[in-house]
Amino acid sequence: MTLDFSSLLPYTDQILEGLVTTVWLTVVTTVAGIALAVVVAYVRDGARVRGASLVSRLLGGYVEVIRNTPFIVQLFFLFFGLPALGVPISATVAALIAMILNLGAYTAEILRAGIESTTRGQHEAARALGLSRLQSFRHVVLVPAFSRVYPSLISQCIIVMLGSAVVSQISVFDLTYAANFIQSRNFRGFEVYLVVTAIYLLLAVGLRLVFEFVGRRLFAFRQGGSA
Amino acid sequence: MTDFTTWDIVRNLLLAARWTVVLSLIAFIGGAAVGLVLTLLRMGGLRPVRWLVRGYVDLFQGTPLLMQLFLAYFGAAVLGFDVSAWTAASVALTLFTSAFLCDIWRGCVEAVPSGQWQAARVLGLNYLQSMRHVILPQALRLAVPPTVGFSVQVIKGTALASVIGFVELTKAGTMLNNATFEPFTIFTFVALGYFILCYPLSRYARYLERRLYGAGIR
Amino acid sequence: MALVSVKDLHKSFGELEVLKGIDLEVEAGEVVAIIGRSGSGKSTFLRCLNQLEHHDWGTIQLADQRLDGTSMTPGELSQNVGMVFQSFNLFPHKSVIDNVMLAPVVVKQTPKSEARRIAEEVLAKVGMSDKIDSYPAQLSGGQQQRVAIARALAMNPKVLLCDEATSALDPELVGEVLRVLEDLAKEGMTLILVTHEMKFARDVSHRVVFMHQGRIHESGPPETLFTRPQTPELAQFIASVV
Repeated sequence: MTLDFSSLLPYTDQILEGLVTTVWLTVVTTVAGIALAVVVAYVRDGARVRGASLVSRLLGGYVEVIRNTPFIVQLFFLFFGLPALGVPISATVAALIAMILNLGAYTAEILRAGIESTTRGQHEAARALGLSRLQSFRHVVLVPAFSRVYPSLISQCIIVMLGSAVVSQISVFDLTYAANFIQSRNFRGFEVYLVVTAIYLLLAVGLRLVFEFVGRRLFAFRQGGSA
Repeated sequence: MTDFTTWDIVRNLLLAARWTVVLSLIAFIGGAAVGLVLTLLRMGGLRPVRWLVRGYVDLFQGTPLLMQLFLAYFGAAVLGFDVSAWTAASVALTLFTSAFLCDIWRGCVEAVPSGQWQAARVLGLNYLQSMRHVILPQALRLAVPPTVGFSVQVIKGTALASVIGFVELTKAGTMLNNATFEPFTIFTFVALGYFILCYPLSRYARYLERRLYGAGIR
Repeated sequence: MALVSVKDLHKSFGELEVLKGIDLEVEAGEVVAIIGRSGSGKSTFLRCLNQLEHHDWGTIQLADQRLDGTSMTPGELSQNVGMVFQSFNLFPHKSVIDNVMLAPVVVKQTPKSEARRIAEEVLAKVGMSDKIDSYPAQLSGGQQQRVAIARALAMNPKVLLCDEATSALDPELVGEVLRVLEDLAKEGMTLILVTHEMKFARDVSHRVVFMHQGRIHESGPPETLFTRPQTPELAQFIASVV
């Protein structure tokens, strides 16, 4: 058995192109997915106050369907299913929508745990100050809720980034697609996948570091002690 | 080209779903066995062993399952074995599962108060005895809900075996799609199949968690 | 006419009737201390006054407005009634100044510069000017409660409700909070306090109300009430807390 990594060198451009795609898909998904999750969590939180509405039930269904089916099936459903219904969709758009819907559902559930652990005192203080439910959610509930579930949120974003490898299966030119492409040319599958796997590992570590950096800024209030 | 009735589609998917179930069971049982050994090594053992286990867990949690499948498939070839998609998928999913279960279980063992360890040591129990008679029984109670919850991830993970040519539910779906061009119907049924397998487990995991931590969550 | 006027107030939680007909009038500038055993309904009564609990029966008049859950928006209500909680309930992710500015900016739409001026003013009043950029986790309980008082005052309410404002504090921190409340009383702020601090009730309040089993059992000026209780229940209560 011999490993030959030099046969990868001519393909640096492809790997870079794939890397760029994976990174931007992840960045857009993280931002949009978390935004979606906040909206879903807000609407579902309304059920606590005034009972489950049709919309909150539908959103609950969305969360359960996403969480209990594989990402690859969601992706195929969008990419193959929508055009069959007469809605044309490009591979990249399908990948992006699938990733956002996926992260949105998981994050909504994670965030719900954070929101539900808001103390009654916080709700009452907000009400006594005259804040509406939306104002209270935005200014009082949301940031502490995020800070409580932040570790889970980081893990989930990393899972979605790693899961994005699957978009290669609908021909989005991401890191995995680049690997498959090179493998089909130089027939050095193991070496290619080893290198690309290492890049994913670095991305995961990098993503975690970025999140932790942002978290320290965002949740500085948690560090107690004397001022 | 033959005409497929809806029943043909459903029947073919059901037949393929058997392999999803079998592969899930292999991965889960194999992963649990490896994961248990890893947990014990991680909790006790020598420092270098603990570091190795930790590296193993980080490696599998920090890389795509799809890559793990590719590496198992192509790596075996490099080593001179001619492996089937079956073997590659079983091995990759088992290792993947073991890493996550090891991490979950380590958390559960660590959640047992350190006073319990001290009490066991004071009574003269050695590491394995303390683990077996004092720590594990308590950790086990904590471990059941997240373990059931993770089984859902294993089932969903098996869908990726389709990519290396293992014919299970998802692969059957893509094959049927190529034959019928009814993607909407087919992938709805495929998704439904996974949902039927996963949703009860998700619900059960949540129920167990509620029961464990009391109704005071709300 | 009275600033706060309560007539025949009833409130039940399920089968349990907590308030069984409360009548109370509070004049502007008056300081009223509500005392009684736990479970006597005093906190529930206070919480009805700013509609954290909705009463089942009877009327609450505030100035000339009737509170029935719809007549005033929460925003309007908060500009009439401020509330200080036993557990402070400061917002942990906001600095002291942001805690105080939040409601004026968000609810009252006060411009930020103006809101900041008001916030600095009320924080000076409670002696917290040097901590405006601290987070609640960095403050002692007494400091947190003083900020919570400032936060309520920033909405310029007509009456301030205090629900056992010192009960969660370590004994050595109680004094600083009571001093702030005493200063407010001297300035003519209308205060309704549920309290366990009998000395404070006696020294600062104009009137003491003793609640027992969901009713006002006895009420009057502190010196009369504490020295010559008319009912055995009050006599017993005073004996148990002094």
